[in-house]
Amino acid sequence: MAEQEQQTVEKKEKEPDFSDYRGVMIVVEQRYGKAKAVSWQLLGKGRELADKLETKLYALVIGHEVEHLAKEAGYYGADEVYLCDAPELKDYRTRPYSRVCLKVIHQVKPEIVLFGATGTGRDLAGAIATHLPTGLTADTTELDVEPPPSRLLLASRPAFSEKMMATILCKRYRPQMATARAGVFQALPRDESREVPIIRVENDMKEEEIAARVLEFISETGKVNLEEAEIIVAGGRGLGGPEAFGMLKELADALGGVVGASRAAVDAGWISHDHQVGQTGHTVRPKLYFAIGISGAVQHTVGMSNSEVIVAINKDENAPIFQIAHYGIVGDLFKIVPAITEAVKKKRGLPIGPLASTTGGNRA
Amino acid sequence: MHIVVCIKQVPDSREIRIDPKTNTLIRQGVPSIVNFYDKHGLEEALRIKDELGARVTVITMGPPPAEKALKECISLGADEGVLVTDRAFAGADTLATSYVLAKAIRKAEETWGPVDIVFCGKQTLDGDTGQVGPGIACRLDLEQLTYVGKVRKVDPQARRITVERHLEDGIEVVETSMPVLVTALKELNKIRRASLPGMIRAARYKPIVWTTADFPDLDRSQIGLKGSPTIVGKTWVPEVRKVDGERIAGDTPQQIAEQLVERLWSGDLPTRLGWN
Ligand SMILES: Cc1cc2nc3c(=O)[nH]c(=O)nc-3n(C[C@H](O)[C@H](O)[C@H](O)COP(=O)(O)OP(=O)(O)OC[C@H]3O[C@@H](n4cnc5c(N)ncnc54)[C@H](O)[C@@H]3O)c2cc1C
Ligand SMILES: Nc1ncnc2c1ncn2[C@@H]1O[C@H](COP(=O)(O)O)[C@@H](O)[C@H]1O
Repeated sequence: MAEQEQQTVEKKEKEPDFSDYRGVMIVVEQRYGKAKAVSWQLLGKGRELADKLETKLYALVIGHEVEHLAKEAGYYGADEVYLCDAPELKDYRTRPYSRVCLKVIHQVKPEIVLFGATGTGRDLAGAIATHLPTGLTADTTELDVEPPPSRLLLASRPAFSEKMMATILCKRYRPQMATARAGVFQALPRDESREVPIIRVENDMKEEEIAARVLEFISETGKVNLEEAEIIVAGGRGLGGPEAFGMLKELADALGGVVGASRAAVDAGWISHDHQVGQTGHTVRPKLYFAIGISGAVQHTVGMSNSEVIVAINKDENAPIFQIAHYGIVGDLFKIVPAITEAVKKKRGLPIGPLASTTGGNRA
Repeated sequence: MHIVVCIKQVPDSREIRIDPKTNTLIRQGVPSIVNFYDKHGLEEALRIKDELGARVTVITMGPPPAEKALKECISLGADEGVLVTDRAFAGADTLATSYVLAKAIRKAEETWGPVDIVFCGKQTLDGDTGQVGPGIACRLDLEQLTYVGKVRKVDPQARRITVERHLEDGIEVVETSMPVLVTALKELNKIRRASLPGMIRAARYKPIVWTTADFPDLDRSQIGLKGSPTIVGKTWVPEVRKVDGERIAGDTPQQIAEQLVERLWSGDLPTRLGWN
């Protein structure tokens, strides 16, 4: 027996045997019992990867009073859900959360573990990868697997300020880990008929052992969340000033979307930087994107060209934005945008004239 | 107090362009800079030094030209600059980098005393992962505070630190114990200019150089390319997806608008977007 082990150890040097690592695991992120959209998006992608590998899709839910999220994870595609629910885990803190993650990873031995590339997801993934140790690819926007027998995760991410894409591989270590951007992958339709096993995990860390205290969380609900938005109405230099963003907001409200901007508009001070789409702003992948008075410079389009439907409005018929637009309108935005807002309101049966309150906001 | 700041010299990737003919990166003429998030880490260390008194040690792992980056930090007010350099360190990914930097921080502790705070940048312009900071914290068993936009309070007596972490959905105020590793955002502070005495000191300053020979217990299998689990496979230049879009025209804005709305409502988009 010992001899046999010796042999496998020797063999490992050349060609590691990872046959005891199976399955894809998604670490679900939540705050106050509400999951981040990226978690369900990752379950959608994870489902596809697990099917290709003919293996299981696991979800890991950590928090306090989050049992409903374990069920939700099943609805969104997980085959089995690991749940660690304890008062000490109410707020995210690196040490206790990574302790739970490591415990589950050691127990389940997934071949792939994915996290949202959010502040919390990156904080946690960075700690765990070093502990294990294993390779971790940051901020991926494309995920695929090589079919068995290789089963390699092909984790691709933008490099050099989005100018290139690179596929990162981790051949000699398991699990293979990556964080993935929000808004890039599609969640599966929520299916309440999927009742899956929930496996409970104990939290081993006591409050006295945890140095960090979350004193307060100042939520910024007013802050736009472009990456999770399904509809974005973006404006550029063509708007000519801050006032016209009010017009865009009205269209966004009528559609149930949020307002985005090009860098030119942000640099001019017409709107704050958290609205900026593009290389030095947010990468977005909404279902519907309006580019209004935006020329379509590559630094802008890298951040939005994967939107499902793009509508461009520009008075210059040669503006490059039209090359990636599904619907192009050549004309004066000041005339066309109000007409569209009105037509949308009519179609949706919303009161014509300025809306008293927002109808949609961030629909993510 | 002893504060270590990890800095990296990086090509200013914002300036890198792609050769449209060969689809390769044009690196020529691209300036090297101190990764700007790291400078915010340094600035915060210097502020704590100004306020409470501290020794500030700057560490970088990189090729010999990175000495220039250390001198820049000296000119701003750092006490010492250490260049960790060796052929054997080349090709390191975040796991191998954090291994060597953790060793270097240990050695800095032996040399100048126990470390209370380690600052890293949120991420680098070239590696762009934000993983080295958490990696170091894990290896040195430090508390970890990432994405810090404000340091509210440092209490050297109680050995506690309170910060604001800037996250996508809001600001989290966290307090924890020192020693701690903090990763810096742009919002953390405004970077000072070098003073004249600082510049004079930097001009004369010779950074301290540590090579593999200075780390007797270094595990060779954990450094450089060999110690890096991730490898770069294929690289490519993303093509801008061109679509054969439809031009919508009409005699009046109202006609155009109605046609657009008709198109948008023709598929399953309204159902998926929850439009009534
Ligand atoms: C390192 C770097 C990073 C960058 N990062 C980003 C980024 O993250 N995001 C980003 O957006 N940009 C970024 N840029 C800038 C980018 O290159 C462009 O300069 C910017 O996107 C242009 O913004 P714009 O389209 O609003 O303005 P312009 O290019 O000036 O286009 C304005 C458009 O409005 C049209 N227009 C004007 N009036 C009307 C009207 N009445 N009706 C209809 N159309 C009208 C014009 O025909 C024109 O096409 C970056 C640049 C660099 C160098
Ligand atoms: N070679 C290096 N030398 C010193 N510090 C580094 C090095 N690489 C990364 N760091 C630190 O780790 C942070 C995150 O880097 P990265 O994980 O590459 O995005 C940087 O902002 C630096 O503070």
